[in-house]
Amino acid sequence: MNDPGRSGPAIDLSTDLCGIPLAGPVLNGSGTFDALAARKAFGDELLNDFPFAGFVSKTITVEPRAGNPPHRLWETPSGMINSIGLPNPGLSAFCERDLGPLTELGVPLIVSVMADSAPGFAELVEAVGGRDGVSGIELNVSCPNVHSGLIVGEQPDEITALLESLRGLTDLPLIVKLTPNVANPELIAAAAEAAGADAVSLINTIKATAIDPDSNRSWLGAGGGGLSGPAVRPVALAQVRAVSAAVSIPVVGMGGVTDGSSALEFILAGARVVAVGTENFRDPRAGQVVRDGLEEALHRRGFSSLAEAQASTLS
Amino acid sequence: MAAERPIAPFGRRLCRVGESHATGGYRIFSLIDEVGPEPAPGQFYMLTAAGDWEGAGGRPFLPRAISVARTSGRKGAVRLDFLIDVVGPGTGRLAGLVHGDGCHLAGPFGQGFSMPKQLNPDAAGAILVGGGIGIAPLAMQRRALTGRGVASRTLLGFRDRAHSGGVEELFGCEETRLAFEDGSSGHTGYVTDLLLRMLDGDDSGRGVVYSCGPPAMLEAVRRICADYSVPVELALESPMACGYGACFGCAVPLVRGGYMRLCVDGPVVRGDEIASAMAGEAGAG
Repeated sequence: MNDPGRSGPAIDLSTDLCGIPLAGPVLNGSGTFDALAARKAFGDELLNDFPFAGFVSKTITVEPRAGNPPHRLWETPSGMINSIGLPNPGLSAFCERDLGPLTELGVPLIVSVMADSAPGFAELVEAVGGRDGVSGIELNVSCPNVHSGLIVGEQPDEITALLESLRGLTDLPLIVKLTPNVANPELIAAAAEAAGADAVSLINTIKATAIDPDSNRSWLGAGGGGLSGPAVRPVALAQVRAVSAAVSIPVVGMGGVTDGSSALEFILAGARVVAVGTENFRDPRAGQVVRDGLEEALHRRGFSSLAEAQASTLS
Repeated sequence: MAAERPIAPFGRRLCRVGESHATGGYRIFSLIDEVGPEPAPGQFYMLTAAGDWEGAGGRPFLPRAISVARTSGRKGAVRLDFLIDVVGPGTGRLAGLVHGDGCHLAGPFGQGFSMPKQLNPDAAGAILVGGGIGIAPLAMQRRALTGRGVASRTLLGFRDRAHSGGVEELFGCEETRLAFEDGSSGHTGYVTDLLLRMLDGDDSGRGVVYSCGPPAMLEAVRRICADYSVPVELALESPMACGYGACFGCAVPLVRGGYMRLCVDGPVVRGDEIASAMAGEAGAG
């Protein structure tokens, strides 16, 4: 997008994420942009001007999921709670119907997967990892293991066991999506790195609910959900900073990224790239706005390239 | 089944308010859209008053889904009229817009109303059943029907006078039959009483029904039409963050199981597709 109002020379925003080359450092958060539905709403203009340098699919499970009953959304001060429940067509239908068009977006594709057991994850990773056009796999670990009853992403031992079981199944980068609902996310990240993860992404949504004071019930059909938007940004920045300090694999930072300035905050906190989530709901072109704004913010700070900002550290 | 939908320009755009005024207890305001196509009846836009976004304790945070009540072509632009009922901070900001103010707009989105023959090959005419703020998309559909020479009759129901804004302005001198729950005018009672009376006196096999209004009214219309085997399209409402299929928030339960996303597969749905019109009751304002 040409913006005649932008000042200063173009800054090199190209980068990579564990070997995945990216024209810029802005991805979408999983489940916050449905490129196929957006194509239907906006037509080919979407593809001519795709807002992200890499696309992360919504989370795919082995079996189809309908998702949670309504209400699924609740607006909060500077954010929102969602309890969507990961609706998706299931692995077979995803591979047959959706995967092909998603590989034609013109940017690297990262497929997000989730299962309630290691064999389930293995089936997903093998099926998706064997397909042309997939550049990486994101593991959504914010779910219970049916065998232990523990949320995988909350337990270093669970993460270690899961990564060790998956590492040999694919050469594609494995990105672990960390939950913020733990005391020390850096311990989870370190376990993921030690067991062979190529990157971590954070934060997922923060556990939240909304109560109807007139009925004693939650506003949300499932009783609760996850908070996102600028309301969570300070928490996300602290967690990204702590995790970046604890691991040497790259970090995908997200949580209330709305513009170039907030994207730069994440880069300075140690993120290699950022992801835009909730802001996509307010502005379908938010990914571009963040990218263009980041370029401006880097210029303002005197950085000559993204790489220079990535290499700088907080004092 | 329905016609090809107009496609939204990619992204949101800042439009200027042309005009705004009170009508009954509601507001009508117009936006001048110099970029987008003319919307189809039943389509909607995601709207956010540009000034002071998140100004009231961090709200409104999300845009609001509002269907179009009326459009008119201007030189190189489309004028879009929206009818607003203030139910929370988002609609409150929209109702405060005056001439020259900025409003972010994305759309038009969603699947609008079909033409009667698409719902029933034998259709000779249509009945429009509206309630409260829900009269807005019906006003546009009525104009489209008239423009195509399709006969239609309009039944509108309201709680009271204060909640009947926009009737004269949007439906003009066209014949409308009104029902008021408080008996202030027309039929005393529900608009569905008028619908039942009309279907009883009609060759209902040659009609179709279009409806928009509060969930309880829509569900009553849906059941009546099922009883009389009359095809019906309902314009539903649901809390919605994005309007273009990204958030999966606007889930409406389907008869065949699972959910539809109201923003991409609706907001206009056939009565026999959904399990109930009550599930998507809006709450965010």
